[in-house]
Amino acid sequence: MNNLADENWDIEITVSSNPFDLKLKDVWHYRDLLVLLVRRDFVAYYKQTILGPVWFFVQPLFTTIIYTFVFGNLASIPTDGLPQPLFYLAGITAWNYFADCLTKTSTVFTANAGLFGKVYFPRLIVPLSIIVSNLIRFGIQMSLFIVMMIVYLTRGASFHPNIYLLLFPFLLILMGMLGLGLGMIISAMTTKYRDLNFLITFGIQLMMYLTTVIYPLSVVKSKYPGYAWLVAYNPMTSIIEAFRYGFLGQGTFTMLSLSITTAITTIILLIGILIFNRVERTFIDTV
Amino acid sequence: MSVVIKVENLSKAYQLGEIGTGTIASDLERFWAKIRGKEDPFLKIGEVNDRTKKGDSNIVWGLKDLNFEIEQGDAVGIIGRNGAGKSTLLKILSRVTSPTTGSVKIKGRVASLLEVGTGFHPELSGRENLYLNGAILGMRKAEIKRKFDEIVDFSGVERYIDTPVKRYSSGMYVRLAFAVAAHLESEILVVDEVLAVGDAEFQKKCLGKMSEVSKGEGRTVLFVSHNMAAITRLCNSSILLRNGLLADYDLTHRIITNYLSIDERSTAFRQWGVEDAPGNNVARILSAGIFDENNEVYEFIDIRKPVVIKMEYEVLTDDVKLTHAFVFHNEHGLRLFDSHDINTKWKSNSLRKKGKYTAELLIPGNFFAEGKIKISPAVITSDPWELHAYGEDSISFFVKDSLDGDSARGEFVGNYGGIVRPLFNWRSDFIG
Repeated sequence: MNNLADENWDIEITVSSNPFDLKLKDVWHYRDLLVLLVRRDFVAYYKQTILGPVWFFVQPLFTTIIYTFVFGNLASIPTDGLPQPLFYLAGITAWNYFADCLTKTSTVFTANAGLFGKVYFPRLIVPLSIIVSNLIRFGIQMSLFIVMMIVYLTRGASFHPNIYLLLFPFLLILMGMLGLGLGMIISAMTTKYRDLNFLITFGIQLMMYLTTVIYPLSVVKSKYPGYAWLVAYNPMTSIIEAFRYGFLGQGTFTMLSLSITTAITTIILLIGILIFNRVERTFIDTV
Repeated sequence: MSVVIKVENLSKAYQLGEIGTGTIASDLERFWAKIRGKEDPFLKIGEVNDRTKKGDSNIVWGLKDLNFEIEQGDAVGIIGRNGAGKSTLLKILSRVTSPTTGSVKIKGRVASLLEVGTGFHPELSGRENLYLNGAILGMRKAEIKRKFDEIVDFSGVERYIDTPVKRYSSGMYVRLAFAVAAHLESEILVVDEVLAVGDAEFQKKCLGKMSEVSKGEGRTVLFVSHNMAAITRLCNSSILLRNGLLADYDLTHRIITNYLSIDERSTAFRQWGVEDAPGNNVARILSAGIFDENNEVYEFIDIRKPVVIKMEYEVLTDDVKLTHAFVFHNEHGLRLFDSHDINTKWKSNSLRKKGKYTAELLIPGNFFAEGKIKISPAVITSDPWELHAYGEDSISFFVKDSLDGDSARGEFVGNYGGIVRPLFNWRSDFIG
């Protein structure tokens, strides 16, 4: 009935598609949108503020001061012999990156329902733009950490950045993947079950205490050897420990624990993509 | 011409009621059925979507088994009552949601305008939003940059381009947003009722741009609107959806005739039985109808053509003085005018005999404004005043304006005001 030339369709809208197909070609076509969304995030963040981008430093700085006072001085939790502010700032900076990626991507569908309901573009662009804009924010906050390091070095504090610093880009990718994967799973589920919204806000808080942000893994291992696995198997722990080890020369991690983290992260990301792709197609009917 | 959109067995099921409680159980049930290779239990009980009737299941078919093809360069209107599935169809075509069954095949890029200003951020300036919105709609940055001046010029908000859009009036907002969309380089343009906003000048611009897109550039346009006048002007053919089913796909004027006659019980010809005929013991109306110049019953009349309105009535007593009249209302219920007979032999209130009479009124072309005209036939006595029979809004017809340039609207394509649309002769000279 139809000749062959008639069968060259550009777009086919069907019921099901390959669940692992990320439509990367489409994503690439929309790369300018990614850049513009990142820009929008930043500009909108400090529009009509006096301090503007300075606010990016305020949060980690004050958190560090509070942690130093509460956990360092009042509770006297040891910090592997590192200067306390430096120890906390390292943890906070890394944790913030992960936590921001997670919380922001976890609301991708619900927060953008209006946009997604009206126009098609590869949905993956939005979580990716979140990862990128958090990466930039992380970069800004890292500069604070570097300045702190230099200040402490010139004042003769003893810590030793080393060759494991080279792991830093890899750790960054791991944190991004983990935040993205978990975030996508949660965002996909919240389109139907809003319960997860409640879980995520305090869940992240609780998870921080199960990660070595305010204490080193070595302390847990010596004090509570029975429960140390709970902290040790948390994928974020080995990332933060490796991060501290690279920059400050103190931290408890092995290549094995990092490999396990990598494996877990990859699995979570794959599950995230699978669920995200499934939900993306019809979420607008249930959101 | 080649087919650019091919819709096959397209259906979309929706869940009614609250989503949240109890859905885990039904999700598991569906999952379990899927594992065993059975049909989804929730899709079997779906029924035709009629929002006015209470159904048994909480799954309805927003769209059911749609099959149609659209050819390149066609401007197709999509018509239907609220909830008929118009927006669902557009959502599937613009890939916002997926169908439940069936498929759509498309040649070329699709730009959809289900809403103007999608993704506008209130804090960002017009310029920044223009780039962002363009990118959301699928334009590359270089493409936007190239067309930037043209877009700003089209929108007419040049002066405010560096002001945050939260300070814009709603009209300016829409202008900027439509300007971006109008400059998309896509082969297919899908437009939902976005033209309801903006002032007359801008609406004219939008409709003009859309007819330019379809007629001039050979691009395909799909247009949803409740504005029948806009649809008749813009679209050569239309799809009528009713309760999620494709009721008809034909030339626009036939579709509109079909739609209006079913939905509002309008009809171009009406005949009454003895029991329900409007009237009293003096006279009753037997029938009334609208005819075109070829003396055929017709509900869809070209604005330039004359229209003949006829009625038959029966006088039930001898020696009464009476005459006949028509009352005209437009679709908004505004009374346009009355006309009663003052020039036939019955005008002098001469006494009538028992029996049947006819009356016929000719209204020339270039008189009514476009839209629906409702007519009430009447039998009256003028002095002393008495209304014997009145068939309120019992017949109606639809006036279609043309874009050929020889009706009163001339080259103007936007919403043309006024309750009548006469074509007058002008005189104008150069005097200095």
